Amino acid sequence: MDNNGCLPCTRREGFPAGLRVLVVDDDPTWLKILEKMLKKCSYQVTTCCLATEALKKLRERKDAFDIVISDVNMPDMNGFKLLEHVGLEMDLPVIMMSVDGETSRVMKGVQHGACDYLLKPIRMKELRNIWQHVLRKRIHEGREFESLEGFDFEGIHHLMRNGQDQCCDDVSLFALEDCISSTRKRKDADNKHDEREFGDSSSTKKARVVWSVDLHQKFVQAVNQIGFDKVGPKKILDLMNVPWLTRENVASHLQKYRLYLSRLQKQRDQKKCSSSGIKNPDLNPKDPGSSSIKNSMNKQQNVVSIDGFRCPNNGLVQLHESDFTVSELNKTEQRRALATNNIIPDPNMTKVSQIVLNQTFSPLNSEGNIEVFDCTIPTQYTWNQVPKRKLQDDPKSQSIASMVSSPSAASSIASSAVDNIIPVQSKSLMVNDQSSVTSNPGLKTQEFDASLIPELEFYQQNLLWGGEAAFSPLEEDLNFFLLQSECYNDMNFGMHNIDTSDYYYDPGLIADVPNHLLYDSADYSVVDQSLFIA
Amino acid sequence: MDVLQLQRKLREHQAAMLREGFLDDQFSQLQKLQDESSPDFVIEVVKMFFDDSEKLLNNMTRALGQVPVDFKQVDAHVHQYKGSSASVGAARVKNVCATFRNFCETQNLEGCVRCLQQLQNEYSLLKNNLQYLFRLQEQIQAAGGSIPTIE
Repeated sequence: MDNNGCLPCTRREGFPAGLRVLVVDDDPTWLKILEKMLKKCSYQVTTCCLATEALKKLRERKDAFDIVISDVNMPDMNGFKLLEHVGLEMDLPVIMMSVDGETSRVMKGVQHGACDYLLKPIRMKELRNIWQHVLRKRIHEGREFESLEGFDFEGIHHLMRNGQDQCCDDVSLFALEDCISSTRKRKDADNKHDEREFGDSSSTKKARVVWSVDLHQKFVQAVNQIGFDKVGPKKILDLMNVPWLTRENVASHLQKYRLYLSRLQKQRDQKKCSSSGIKNPDLNPKDPGSSSIKNSMNKQQNVVSIDGFRCPNNGLVQLHESDFTVSELNKTEQRRALATNNIIPDPNMTKVSQIVLNQTFSPLNSEGNIEVFDCTIPTQYTWNQVPKRKLQDDPKSQSIASMVSSPSAASSIASSAVDNIIPVQSKSLMVNDQSSVTSNPGLKTQEFDASLIPELEFYQQNLLWGGEAAFSPLEEDLNFFLLQSECYNDMNFGMHNIDTSDYYYDPGLIADVPNHLLYDSADYSVVDQSLFIA
Repeated sequence: MDVLQLQRKLREHQAAMLREGFLDDQFSQLQKLQDESSPDFVIEVVKMFFDDSEKLLNNMTRALGQVPVDFKQVDAHVHQYKGSSASVGAARVKNVCATFRNFCETQNLEGCVRCLQQLQNEYSLLKNNLQYLFRLQEQIQAAGGSIPTIE
């Protein structure tokens, strides 16, 4: 955590301004738009078009970003996989985006730990609010720590170890932390448990017990004296010999102390296994789900007991969406199962358990390391069968094949190298380009067989759609269009008759006007003529 | 024709495009993003969309021309195009993509080819209309006027 968990606002003015966002999307158009939008929100934006690149950036400097926004569909890595990586390694909030808003996908995102799922096109207001996820995460983390302890055991123990009592500011800080969390928890608690030596026992709201360094020291001494296994609040209380302290005070403090110790134990265990390192952070596109699970499992080897797991199908497990819901329901079951292996569940585990299915896995000892399992995260469809349409055999298919090939030829793709075409076509993208780009040489002569494509009749009939423009998408040949429609001819002639000095259209523009009419050309000519008359 | 008339033309054309579904609200969002620091933002984005379109339409055509057809691959291209079209607010294109994806899922080759045709049509119409729009804008700017945005 950067700055010991401080929010950006503590480092710079005007939170959420300056929020450091990493945007990952393979679509350069979206990347450009999102960058612009986020900058307008006064955020600090970094863009990436590859997930692998994004991960690299994140790993290089773990505290370089506050939040990650990622598209779901990316060529090099599944967005969900990236999400897992980020959640586990960097523990940053991740927002998913997609043009696909199917419930199953959104659910998948949530299950993988996304803190939000945005649908494209994304609105500015949606982006403006992303800072809430950063804030929420920080608060949540802070609260977790506090609710477990409510008291800075670490700090106190540090002090005790150093054998010095720091200035009372620190003590009061600990007490303050205790108060903040405890008052939250104790909102409904019975107040009669709270007492202070000079407190007014008749008042409805009792003052909180302040566990100072000295008090805690006494507590620990008492615990050690009794023996941790045999300890009980009454015994501690008696040993501590603090008159105003109640049994209840000690009991709650003991509970917190126990949790604190167990958390320490967990941390030590994690440190042990993380030293074994992350194996094969491979980003093999064939196994989109593999490495993330492997890494996460390796990281928490001791937490996920390998014993009971067995991996079917040579380690490949098909994750289906239904399984996710099942795993959700069985989360508690798995936690229990894990707990039986003397592992204490921690928040991170829930993430992994969501991924771990109701299946058993075995370690695949391929490199002398323990690999837990490989998962393939399914795409939206289950492509069970390769389409077996034999175009050669079926006569009907033959016509389709020819139909298929005609657009190919028309677009000059299949027949010629794509690379040659694209630069040629890109010329046509220039706004001022008046010359017709013959990127579709075959178009004029090529007939789109209307009998095969009934919808085109609609286009033919409806001049609204620019008439033959439907058949020659990239042509801007005036003559071609003029020939197609009488209406066009009428209007064009009408326009040509007008004194050119009144004209603002350049000749090229005249040609474009009829092609690009959205509304009925007759209306247009009326409108125009009236303008010219005026 | 003076600037006022040009601007009126532009407004009408934009309104028509919106009305007919060639563009949706996303396009006006793009216009709102345009500012002094990026005065040609909309044109740049649209150009990128054109590039993407050509590329993806080519890819789709190629994929559909293969034997046997890899519908998964086709679908991937269509999905990408759907996202791309959503970026500029190309609503009609986006809608065709949705239908296209359904045909991919059911592996309906005829349906796919039809959709590809439709896509090419829609794209060409959109492109022509947008280019006309940009020309009007240029004319207006050359005459010293400001570009009216979609309301």
